Amino acid sequence: MEVLVILVPLALGLGLVGLLGFLWSLKSGQYDDLEGAAWRAIADDEPAREPPLD
Amino acid sequence: MQATRDFSHYVRDIGSGVRHIDLAVEGVSCAGCMSKIERGLSAMPDVTLARVNLTDRRVVLEWKQGTLDPVSFIDRLAELGYKAYPFETAGAEAAEAKQSRFLLRCLGVAAFATMNVMMLSIPVWSGHAGDMIPEQRDFFHWLSALIALPAAAYAGQPFFRSAFAALRTRNVNMDVPISIGVMLALGMSVVETLNHAEHTYFDAAIMLLTFLLVGRYLDQSMRLKTRAVAGNLAALKAETATKFIGADEISEVPVEAIKTGDIVLLRPGERCAVDGTVIEGRSEIDQSLITGETLYAAAGHGTAIYAGSLNISGTLRVRVSAASEGTLLAEITRLLDNALQARSRYVRLADRASRLYAPVVHATALLTMLGWVLAGASWHDAIVTAVAVLIITCPCALGLAIPTVQTVAAGAMFRAGVLLNSGDSIERLAGVDHVIFDKTGTLTLPDLEVMNAADIPEDILRLAGRLALASHHPIAAAVARASNASSPLAGAVEEPGQGVRGLFDGVEVRLGRPSFCGAEQLAHDSLSLDQEASMVAFSMGEARYLFAVRQALRPDAGAMISALSKRHIAVEILSGDREPAVRAAASALGISEWRAGVTPADKIARIEDLKSRSFKVMMVGDGLNDAPSLAAAHVSMSPISAAHLSQATADLVFLGKPLAPVVAAIDFSRKALHLMRQNLWLAVGYNLLAVPIAISGVVTPLIAAAAMSGSSLLVMLNALRARRVAPGGA
Repeated sequence: MEVLVILVPLALGLGLVGLLGFLWSLKSGQYDDLEGAAWRAIADDEPAREPPLD
Repeated sequence: MQATRDFSHYVRDIGSGVRHIDLAVEGVSCAGCMSKIERGLSAMPDVTLARVNLTDRRVVLEWKQGTLDPVSFIDRLAELGYKAYPFETAGAEAAEAKQSRFLLRCLGVAAFATMNVMMLSIPVWSGHAGDMIPEQRDFFHWLSALIALPAAAYAGQPFFRSAFAALRTRNVNMDVPISIGVMLALGMSVVETLNHAEHTYFDAAIMLLTFLLVGRYLDQSMRLKTRAVAGNLAALKAETATKFIGADEISEVPVEAIKTGDIVLLRPGERCAVDGTVIEGRSEIDQSLITGETLYAAAGHGTAIYAGSLNISGTLRVRVSAASEGTLLAEITRLLDNALQARSRYVRLADRASRLYAPVVHATALLTMLGWVLAGASWHDAIVTAVAVLIITCPCALGLAIPTVQTVAAGAMFRAGVLLNSGDSIERLAGVDHVIFDKTGTLTLPDLEVMNAADIPEDILRLAGRLALASHHPIAAAVARASNASSPLAGAVEEPGQGVRGLFDGVEVRLGRPSFCGAEQLAHDSLSLDQEASMVAFSMGEARYLFAVRQALRPDAGAMISALSKRHIAVEILSGDREPAVRAAASALGISEWRAGVTPADKIARIEDLKSRSFKVMMVGDGLNDAPSLAAAHVSMSPISAAHLSQATADLVFLGKPLAPVVAAIDFSRKALHLMRQNLWLAVGYNLLAVPIAISGVVTPLIAAAAMSGSSLLVMLNALRARRVAPGGA
């Protein structure tokens, strides 16, 4: 059971990192435009010309 | 005099020579638009940032200070095919956005704590039968306390604050039992941990907060979305005023940049965007948006003029006055204040439920404790059991029952073209059994229309439209709209007060007063057919045509009135307009109850009269004169074209030309209220099952956690049904 000494702080630490990551992403405005973000993920970076209209 | 567009009011300096502006953009709907706009704007030299927000339909622009002018961005967007206008976040929207972020932060903290406490709780729950030793259990309890206590102190703020605010005014709302439940659960768990006891409720308390915050956040983000859309619509109206910046020099500036004392120019065909007094010029003005009166009023030196008035014939100079100076406005403000005070007495369904719920639950807990003491249990065990009763009845599902339905119903209404101004409007709207419509601008459309366009040969209509483009007169504008003409007739001349004339293929064409076109006889004959219309004549050589122009009824008004009566809702018209005009509209729509020439005070009196006979009255109106009655009614609605004050006062705002959103809103709200009640009963029923188990003292934290998430899920799933209503009303 000595393994708890490592595992419990590790688990809490990971959780805390997740929380801090969330708070950072919130602060940097990543939840301001959820619809746009969904499209940006699949958009091409710098297309050479206008994409054809579908 | 040459006007320039000046948007410097909206530009912010964000340091190191970089300028920032927010634009509202119309028609951005897909990823294609997003990349088109971003690439189009980034290609301009000196632009450092161009980012589209697809959710809010806005663009953020930053550029190096220098040659670039905001006007060039708007022109560039127009080239790309998008109408854009600078945008300033209004106070209400900024507050909603801040609250939304705060709730999301609370939710993040609560969710983090829940996951970690659960990670510690599950071994404790499953370890009882196995090899977990008491020291390990205590250790896990202490860790849980370490996570749950600070997290609850932070994430519980929205509930604690609201509960405290309610208690201070000697009221009870849903947050009071929630706060008491959470605090007692945490407090008892700490005591139990100190006593090396088997059960603690850290997990239940923090999970409760997480669930409730999900509900609150969804509700809040729906409201924020509505505000953003309303803000964009307001910005895209592009209300500008032509301000004198020198004796003879004018500049077109946004209305927000106009201050009291400024002098603005009002040309024929322009809608006044400010309140003020005429200091020079003579004209006729159309005040139908303010008073409902469709006859033009004369304006000259000293005439008070209100935002929303349409200038018809002459050019006016107006000195801008403070909002409350005008006598009409002062009277309306006074009536409005009284009416708003009366309305704040409405008690929300959630608060009514908690007024019943809180005493019953707390009494049950107290009786449980006393009962166990009398039955011979120790004080400690009795208190633990009583707290378990409070935890299991803690209104997790109750707290979610209403916000989740509200969120789903508000989303459905949003898609039907209705924006919600106030949170409790859904439940108030559901009870409506009497609807009062204003006529001008509500049952009718605010703009003038050519009524007999279909009877006129297409080429004649087109030619008349091209001629009409030479004039600013609102009636000419209506003819131009009806014809879809886009190229003005070259060489057309406007004769003020008479009409426009020009040459087409060597033949003289005229558009204007019947006398100007030699069509008096024709006009005399037609006037008997439609007395409310303004007649405008068109002549080409010897041929004469007549256009009947007036405010048309909304296209589906008749169908919607009968849809309302099918739902057993009484309909009546209260209008500030003259009797013949109101009578004509009422008979066209088959409404038997109507009053004409009604003052704002009369409207309120009528509403109070209906209220005293226990009718639930909805007021639908748009004029400035309707604002007090919008506030006095049980619930109120405005079209998006309404005067600012009315729009801000109304509980709901509907978009577009049809009247259908009014009926759709009633249907959705009835369904929503039904589901809210159902959800409350579901939650109460769940508690009725769980309470006997809690009273008997066999509730473990595992049972509490399962009961809580089970009932919350049930309530959330039931709320999803608010998305749809049966055709023809529920």
